[in-house]
Amino acid sequence: MSVGNEIYSLTVNGEHHQVKDAWIGESLLYVLRERLGLPGAKGACEQGECGSCTVIIDGEAVCSCLVMAATAIDSEITTVESLAKKNGLTEVQDAFITEGGVQCGFCTPGLVVAIEHLLNKNPDPSELEIKEAISGNICRCTGYGRIFEAVTTAVATRKAARN
Amino acid sequence: MSVVVPRTLTDALSAMAANPSALLLQGGTDLMVEINFNHRKPVDVIALRRVAELRAVKIDGKTISIGAGLPYQEMETGQIAQLVPALGQAARTVGSPQIRAAGSLGGNLGTCSPAGDGLPVLSALDAMINLRSASASRAVSIHEFMVGVKRNAKMPDEIIVSATMPIVRGWQGYAKVGVRNAMVISVASCCLVVDRAAGTVAVALGAVGPTVIRCRQAEQWLATKVDLKQTATIDAKLAAEFGQRVATEARPIDDHRSTADYRRHAVAKLSGRLLQRSGAQ
Repeated sequence: MSVGNEIYSLTVNGEHHQVKDAWIGESLLYVLRERLGLPGAKGACEQGECGSCTVIIDGEAVCSCLVMAATAIDSEITTVESLAKKNGLTEVQDAFITEGGVQCGFCTPGLVVAIEHLLNKNPDPSELEIKEAISGNICRCTGYGRIFEAVTTAVATRKAARN
Repeated sequence: MSVVVPRTLTDALSAMAANPSALLLQGGTDLMVEINFNHRKPVDVIALRRVAELRAVKIDGKTISIGAGLPYQEMETGQIAQLVPALGQAARTVGSPQIRAAGSLGGNLGTCSPAGDGLPVLSALDAMINLRSASASRAVSIHEFMVGVKRNAKMPDEIIVSATMPIVRGWQGYAKVGVRNAMVISVASCCLVVDRAAGTVAVALGAVGPTVIRCRQAEQWLATKVDLKQTATIDAKLAAEFGQRVATEARPIDDHRSTADYRRHAVAKLSGRLLQRSGAQ
């Protein structure tokens, strides 16, 4: 399949989106934010070091700044926008609020996506597994303590909901 | 500019034959950074992320072949980490979970940065790099594949398909130094492999020269001091001297990540510690 400087389609949060009038080499991060009106993923380092742009592609958490959008045709892309449903926030999002895990908030969407991804694969992670899972998400405000608290709270809430 | 997303290796090779100037894009952790920062404006891109053949793992008892596109996260645990422990350890030090879901041996080989975390392991194991073009295939020793800083022996119409390495009986390990514990590019790295059957040790260093460096003099010196066919504890003095000898074979430079002096010190310590760990098993 070849994509020229023409329209291509991406499946984001279960919906098909056409990408028009775009340069074909744009990163998925840029396309999500500037072409598709989905600004949840944040752009900071644009070199895969900060994790602010984390999205899920075909079940894997990746940096959307390192994905050429036109190569993600036929992939299932999930962004932070899809997490909260009409009836409220997810356990992880709620826990970030109740535990004070948000300060400036810039890193929060990437962290939320990374933590949702972790808990979906590993519902009861150890402290080390939590640290490892968010080692690619940099926060310069909180010092991480309240983020770890938020994960612990979210794990407990999710566990209670299952029982 | 065009972007081609082939589904099979055959289609990818045809696309390369038709347009050898096209850039190959695997995990994107190097090329997309250059594009994002306008350091490179690619004319045409062939993206390999959909080529399942490039993620294959083949084991024949004596060797293991790892597809060039297999993400590092698949090497962190499980069969690969069990059969090639140094590669499992190296994989776990790559970037972050997000980067390990994208980065691959093929990417490290294609970029050929001396700091690529997979490369010292391939060097210590004398891996063969399997290359294919539309008309031919060949296998090149890792030592000949790495030519210089970000330069390799791949021809423009070739695709790196896999790396084949022996399954070795004996201790092996990988260690690296960086400015923090996660999400870091190597300041210096070291892979040490003991081959009990052959009675040899192999040591390869990353980020301390234009390419990964094999320390053959230190390897040969050690073989005269210890019977590597036996499991023997290594005393601290021997490990320290081994480290010093390894360090003399490094060719580090000062750059934005560290200094030559520190890097030489680091590889002496890393190689000495790995040797001691090998003896503790």
